[in-house]
Amino acid sequence: MNCSALRGGAAVLKDITLGQYFPGDTVIHRLDPRTKILVLIVYITALFFAETPVTYALMALCLAAAIWISRIKLSVMVRGLKPLVLVIVLTSILNILYTKGEPLFSFWIITVTREGVMNAVKISVRIIMLVMGTFMLTYTTSPIMLTYGLELLMGPLKKLKVPVHELAMMMSMALRLIPTLIEETDKIISAQKARGAEFDTGNLFEKARAMLPILVPLFISAFRRADELATAMEARCYHGGENRTRLNVLKLRLRDGMALGLSAAVLGGVIVLVNMGI
Amino acid sequence: MSDIAIKIDGLTYFYPADEGTAPVDVLRGLTLELESGSFTAVLGHNGSGKSTLARHLNALLLPKGGSVYVFGMDTRMEELVLEIRRRVGMVFQNPDNQIVSNVVEEDVAFAPENLGVPSPEIRERVDEALKMVGMYEFRNHAPHLLSGGQRQRIAIAGVLAMRPKCVVFDEPTAMLDPRGREEVMGIIYKLRREYGSTVILITHHMEEAARADRVIVMDSGLVAMDGSPREVFSNVEELSALGLDVPEETRLLYELRREGLNVPLCALDARECAGALAKYFKKTGDIPSGSRTERNADGK
Ligand SMILES: Nc1ncnc2c1ncn2[C@@H]1O[C@H](COP(=O)(O)OP(=O)(O)O)[C@@H](O)[C@H]1O
Ligand SMILES: [Mg+2]
Repeated sequence: MNCSALRGGAAVLKDITLGQYFPGDTVIHRLDPRTKILVLIVYITALFFAETPVTYALMALCLAAAIWISRIKLSVMVRGLKPLVLVIVLTSILNILYTKGEPLFSFWIITVTREGVMNAVKISVRIIMLVMGTFMLTYTTSPIMLTYGLELLMGPLKKLKVPVHELAMMMSMALRLIPTLIEETDKIISAQKARGAEFDTGNLFEKARAMLPILVPLFISAFRRADELATAMEARCYHGGENRTRLNVLKLRLRDGMALGLSAAVLGGVIVLVNMGI
Repeated sequence: MSDIAIKIDGLTYFYPADEGTAPVDVLRGLTLELESGSFTAVLGHNGSGKSTLARHLNALLLPKGGSVYVFGMDTRMEELVLEIRRRVGMVFQNPDNQIVSNVVEEDVAFAPENLGVPSPEIRERVDEALKMVGMYEFRNHAPHLLSGGQRQRIAIAGVLAMRPKCVVFDEPTAMLDPRGREEVMGIIYKLRREYGSTVILITHHMEEAARADRVIVMDSGLVAMDGSPREVFSNVEELSALGLDVPEETRLLYELRREGLNVPLCALDARECAGALAKYFKKTGDIPSGSRTERNADGK
């Protein structure tokens, strides 16, 4: 039996770092989750304004500084990107194929243009930086704090009868179950492989069919887990968001103000630079 | 203390049936009283209704007939639900399906948060509960990276943070390796010793039940046997008929008695068993055919 393939299957799943949190005690860890969410929004906006090499470099510098301060290992960041390789490659190819402009070279019916390559590079960098920025938020903020922050930020929507607490709780339970379900998928894949199932061979249709014996038990187990989790939550007196208190009460501090100010300054800088054509 | 912690009277329950079939009674008029501060083990083969009974003790399920009173509170009174659940904590079989956060201390804080406890007191309770189960150093860890036994200890801490008077354990060691089982059982004994909590332990492990004050054996929704571990385990035949085993030591004595040796009926652990055998052999001066087994028991 092909053991490396076995390990291979597991490795891909381990790359899914969604919902993972790396506890730490850096300034970035200690920032209020609301601040981090807002900074991320500002960062993403700036990323979409950035057009020129200088502005991209500025954004990259900010990201690098944040990663350095948070002490998150670069290898962890890169590992998280792996599942995205396919998306990046596909968007790059589409950009190269469909952007008109000054031809660089052409063969058969394909013409590669200068603009196409530029676009492909830009979009790839944008995706990578966007995802890494999002990782900075989820890696340094525990899911409960993250959803608590979201709940507070979305608080005004309660007036519009949006079930804010329920949405936040759903998200937090989803994030909670992801590592468990990944672990479980790993086990099921190993078990099916041990019985001789093959996941790496055949055409797309055959591969999809090979996934069925994984998905069915996974779904059944996910529902059972969700059900048991709901019971356990009830047993621990969960009764919705009314009169709930928190272990850690969120309070905006000076550092939150500074982080927000800094990110606003970067956004402003990027917009000015791009408008000046730098 | 002889206050009554739990009083169950003629409890019947059935789960909603699939269309076209009649519902089957899972509990059939069960009556039971548990004293405050007692340690009761509940045995019974799969499907005998143990978990269904457990879920009545904190109003996760409500009686279809009869009544359940918890510290004097009727579980059917809707406005008492939180009060009841706060008093009667419940630990389930699979720690993965009861831990709500990816950070240990946030998980332990979940119940007091739900109860509206002020933040500084939540911190106090979380620290106390984590120290109690010996997981305080792990308060900032991710539960899914810990061992099964450690995860179950966190789940227990999450229940203790409610400061319950009674804790129901529904097969808490069924998914654990021997080491994890020992960790969890250690906490149960400590809970009794230090907090004087009322403990109800549903289990498949006879050695665990042997350490309780009282053993209840369930069969098809009723209490089939009820007594001290010694009384219950002495009844090897009846237990076997209910699909249960007895502790190994008791089984050994039982087999020896069947061979005609005049040994006591029941021993709850290896030391007691060895002692009983030694006494027997001293008295009779007999070299029995089962001397090998005796050495084994002694060696434990
Ligand atoms: N959620 C449920 N829906 C329908 N039937 C159930 C449900 N839970 C348990 N049962 C049935 O009730 C009976 C008793 O189950 P349970 O109380 O879990 O027993 P035990 O814990 O002793 O194994 C079993 O026959 C089981 O099939
Ligand atoms: Mg059960």
